[in-house]
Amino acid sequence: MAVVTPEVVKQVAMLARLRLEGKALTQLAAQLDEILQYVQQLQAVDTQRVEPTSHVLPLTNVLRKDEPTPSLSQDAVVALAPAAQPPFVKVPKVIEV
Amino acid sequence: MNYESVIGLEVHLQLSTKTKLFCGCLTKFGAPPNSQTCPVCLGLPGVLPVLNEQAFAWGIKVALALNCQIANVMKFDRKQYFYPDLPKNFQISQYDQPLSQHGHLDITVGEQAKRIGITRVHMEEDAGKLLHDTGGASSFVDFNRTGVPLLEIVSEPDIRSSDEAYHYLTELKAILQYLDVSTCNMEEGSLRCDTNVSLRSPGVAAFGAKVEVKNLNSFRAVKLALEYETKRQAAQLDRGDRIVQETRLWNAKKAITGPMRSKEEAADYRYFPEPDLVPFVIEPSVIERVRAGLPELPAQRRVRFQQRHQLSAYDAQGIAQDRALADLFEQALETYPKPKPVANWIMGDLSAYLNAHAVTLADVKLRPEWLGHLLQLIEEGTLSGKMAKDVLQQVLERGVDPVELVNQGSLRQVVDADALERIAEDVVQAFPKSVEDYGKGKTNALMYLVGQAMKRSQGKANPEQMTEMLKRKLVSRP
Ligand SMILES: [Zn+2]
Repeated sequence: MAVVTPEVVKQVAMLARLRLEGKALTQLAAQLDEILQYVQQLQAVDTQRVEPTSHVLPLTNVLRKDEPTPSLSQDAVVALAPAAQPPFVKVPKVIEV
Repeated sequence: MNYESVIGLEVHLQLSTKTKLFCGCLTKFGAPPNSQTCPVCLGLPGVLPVLNEQAFAWGIKVALALNCQIANVMKFDRKQYFYPDLPKNFQISQYDQPLSQHGHLDITVGEQAKRIGITRVHMEEDAGKLLHDTGGASSFVDFNRTGVPLLEIVSEPDIRSSDEAYHYLTELKAILQYLDVSTCNMEEGSLRCDTNVSLRSPGVAAFGAKVEVKNLNSFRAVKLALEYETKRQAAQLDRGDRIVQETRLWNAKKAITGPMRSKEEAADYRYFPEPDLVPFVIEPSVIERVRAGLPELPAQRRVRFQQRHQLSAYDAQGIAQDRALADLFEQALETYPKPKPVANWIMGDLSAYLNAHAVTLADVKLRPEWLGHLLQLIEEGTLSGKMAKDVLQQVLERGVDPVELVNQGSLRQVVDADALERIAEDVVQAFPKSVEDYGKGKTNALMYLVGQAMKRSQGKANPEQMTEMLKRKLVSRP
């Protein structure tokens, strides 16, 4: 049974702000499903005695002192944006109320 | 029908670290737009966030002060959503292994003590700031705030009235101020509050549909918004309508809540562990060290003020609530060791002055010993109570010791009628011979008496007023 249906792809695409339509949805659904099936093999491994972990590196508590380092210049930051009205980055109007 | 309100509060607290949560950019408020950002907080490819140890330590401190259990291991997660103030398209927050959980805070409403549960205190980064150009087609973004350390403090839905919500927030703010980890300034956004409220019929255990209210810029706004929202929902339920789960915004001008233009889809944040930040193990020894370093908190200080200094519950509450006032109170006692009058002046004239000028104690240059000196001057009789009020005003305005004001003779002329009356009476009693002379028509005698009165007022009386007052006294004598 396919886990990834075209509907799932459509939903994920929306969340990721990707425009996918028509044939692309069915095509990607099939491909993504195949990838997931492949990874699915891992489910066969017995993990009963394995501690759950979110990281594989044997590292914890990496911290830095509360000391300033140089920031980028305003010009450099504003130049990164697709649109700007220095010193601000310009975006399409967002209205909340 | 009568419904019970079920209220939860979510507070975001900006920590006053010098630098951001995961990078060395400064966090200074009011810096030029987009001048405090770097590849890490802007989320440029290939960067590595590293946790600020001060923010971590302060997080533990706040969680402990709120009686939370600190996690043995905490981790960070990515909360993913798109919004123009979020340059990375995700916020580094904490999901299933937060810094701390299961805390509580005690409040007293009227005589009633109540414990409000705290679900969790977790760490996360702030987003940037959006500015809206009214009428125009664009919004503008300042990313300076992006990545500034925040603590999210979530209460259990234990709050049952807008009054309880107000008391919870006031007590929480007092505790946070005592911990000295944030400016707690709502205008600057270093303390923010959202609330959610649902109604249920009495005796019903299940919660009703929850309405979240945002855009609350003061504790008063929280109280008003909750009162409005409770009424709105009750009216809707009485009409037989259902309450839909939604987010509404408080409109302070109109004093109403309005629906927030809903984002097109329901939130689906797809949290997953932040791969660039390793887990954090919090050793019991670290927790104990932080616990040992906790200052005396407002609740303890209130008790101490009542027991050791015999303050009333009301005065103890009013003074201990504000750390600066409480420090002033205790330090002033070193100069003038009588708690009641010191408390009276703090709760009375000083607080009135601060409120009237919308300033805090930090904004006026009042040294604790000056308050002590002022009370000494009253006790010695150098200043009447009324004069002292005026002197305090000058002390606060000019930042000088009241003793100096008196010695310099630079006090404003005293127009205190009671004090003048007393001086006049004293003089009349002290110089019966002159009084007699005046009665025999010797007008010079009056001048002599006025001179004596002026001397006694240390030159601060108004001579014409004093002359009139003495004349009246002499004429009315048998
Ligand atoms: Zn940065």
